[in-house]
Amino acid sequence: MTRRRHSPKVVTGSSLLEGDTVWLTADDRWTRNMSEAELLEDEAVAEDRLLFAISQTDIVVGAYLANAATSRNGPVPVHVRETLRTKGPTNYVHGKQQQEQPVALAGYFEGV
Amino acid sequence: MYRYSDFDEAFVRERVAQFRAQVERRVDGSLTEDEFKPLRLMNGLYLQLHAYMLRVAIPYGTLNSGQMRQLAMIAERWDKGYGHFTTRQNVQFNWPRLTDTPDILDALADVEMHAIQTSGNTIRNVTADHFAGAAADEIADPRPVAELIRQWSTDHPEFQFLPRKFKIAVTGSPNDRAVTRAHDIGLRMIRNDAGDAGFEVIVGGGLGRTPMIGKVIREFLPRADLLPYLEAIVSVYNALGRRDNKYKARIKITVAETGLDEFQARVDARFAQLRPQFGGADQDMLARIEGYFAPPAFRSAPLGRYETAREADPAFRSWTDTNIAPHKAEGYAIVTVSLKVHGATPGDATSGQMRALADLAERFGHDELRISHEQNVILPHVHESDLPEVHSILGTHGLATANVGLISDIIACPGMDYCTLATARSIPIAQEIAQRFDELKLEHGVGELKIKISGCINACGHHHVGHIGILGLDRAGVENYQITLGGDGTETAAIGERAGPGFSAEEIVPAIERLVHAYLDLRCGRKESFLQTYRRLGIGPFKAALYPERVNANAA
Repeated sequence: MTRRRHSPKVVTGSSLLEGDTVWLTADDRWTRNMSEAELLEDEAVAEDRLLFAISQTDIVVGAYLANAATSRNGPVPVHVRETLRTKGPTNYVHGKQQQEQPVALAGYFEGV
Repeated sequence: MYRYSDFDEAFVRERVAQFRAQVERRVDGSLTEDEFKPLRLMNGLYLQLHAYMLRVAIPYGTLNSGQMRQLAMIAERWDKGYGHFTTRQNVQFNWPRLTDTPDILDALADVEMHAIQTSGNTIRNVTADHFAGAAADEIADPRPVAELIRQWSTDHPEFQFLPRKFKIAVTGSPNDRAVTRAHDIGLRMIRNDAGDAGFEVIVGGGLGRTPMIGKVIREFLPRADLLPYLEAIVSVYNALGRRDNKYKARIKITVAETGLDEFQARVDARFAQLRPQFGGADQDMLARIEGYFAPPAFRSAPLGRYETAREADPAFRSWTDTNIAPHKAEGYAIVTVSLKVHGATPGDATSGQMRALADLAERFGHDELRISHEQNVILPHVHESDLPEVHSILGTHGLATANVGLISDIIACPGMDYCTLATARSIPIAQEIAQRFDELKLEHGVGELKIKISGCINACGHHHVGHIGILGLDRAGVENYQITLGGDGTETAAIGERAGPGFSAEEIVPAIERLVHAYLDLRCGRKESFLQTYRRLGIGPFKAALYPERVNANAA
């Protein structure tokens, strides 16, 4: 029996108080910066980490596994929806991108 | 407009107090998210992609200046300084913190507003013609009836856990501006041959995954029978509606699967049981509500500078050509204020703009404002002599865009920029289309053309009833946009026909441009609208414009 190929994942969800996007780190913290997330290359480990995340009900809402890829700067999103979650909406410089350096909307998807 | 009774006030305040305690119990860990989620949704609080979102009901789209100012205050104090007006005549705040929401709800209660039943499988905010009480073509003001339905449906004990959400729209005009044929129940106020007032009742319309035009279930319902008849419909739906499959749970599927005749027979039987229970208290209440909607004291005054301003100022003339509609009172006009500046987010207004609109309503508009399902703001009662000044003030707040009904007056849902359900973004597509046609200086020459964009199959952007509809989908992680053509949300309602394969985000604006150029080549003179040309010629020539490579391939 061949095992289905597992694509790397991160555990993500929304913070209870603000609804802000957060990711689970390897040392059991929740970070607001995806590059600090734990990249889960093993399916069984990913499922286990998700169960841990779901148990953190007083911190995080709606935890799930999202596909991710590796980069020099840690995990990065592979789906456009997850890219939006790492930065904020594209019609205003609101959300996470607001707290970072000013981001030109035209260059929104560059460097991802 | 309607004013809260002591009962209403106490009811809304109590709900806020309950929600405050529920939020506290969620934060201190006494409630799990599974327990809390239905409670927050009952109060309009969603969790979206980046933050919570609070959806506030604007009953039948009607606001006064005090309420608009309070929305401005809420946006500034607890959000990011703007609100988003939606296709259901609601307003959404995109960035509230969980612990601030009870304070926001209290601030709303201060101006007789709330967020109850803006989510969940309940009867949602009742929508109505945004020109209600003002339109020249109106038979009767639909708002008293909409208010009666709101009071009946709010916290109705039998209808808090319906198979799915339930939307009712009312129009008092033969020209349907409330999309009544795409609602779970649509009500058209009519008169029968004897001159009696009543309703044509339409049931089972809806957009979403399975778009359907509603069917007439009762050609003439006497006015006094309205609530028992509505209760009969919702009651039959509540019993028959499918709870086993979310995608088949709306009443449109119930009616389609049961058959209209059988459904109607069941409604009639239930109605016969219910009618005697309505002993006239509802009609007394309706009479009392009608008192709140007495027309304002219209003044008769000379038209003053109106005509001379039109002659002298092309920008004013252009704005009056597109943004003014005929009013029932002599010398008055209905002003539609466009929230569709080219390149801006459809339906968004800043706190400053909301205050400016409130000031204008107070000064020139008998203190009334409306929100349209097309995501614009209406000043329903403005004397024509005041129009030049109103236009000039709007201009200083970025609110004088002359494009109502034109190609850049686009409906767009929040899409994947905000919404967890979305499969693609809507807002940037709307922005790009509006900017492109502004650059081309084409839109006034093109005339009436309604583009409606949804970021997923749920169709909040009403794409099925757009003359040109755009549906954003996810194709293997990449946004892809399907085009439908020939949709219509008015009294001649029709579901648009899918044109063919979708387009990428880069291809969609050029595709729309090809469609519009095809229309300009095909139309019989400037008076024939896009929809009329489409109806005359069918989809063929528009498909050819959208997919020229196919035509070339066939010719080769």
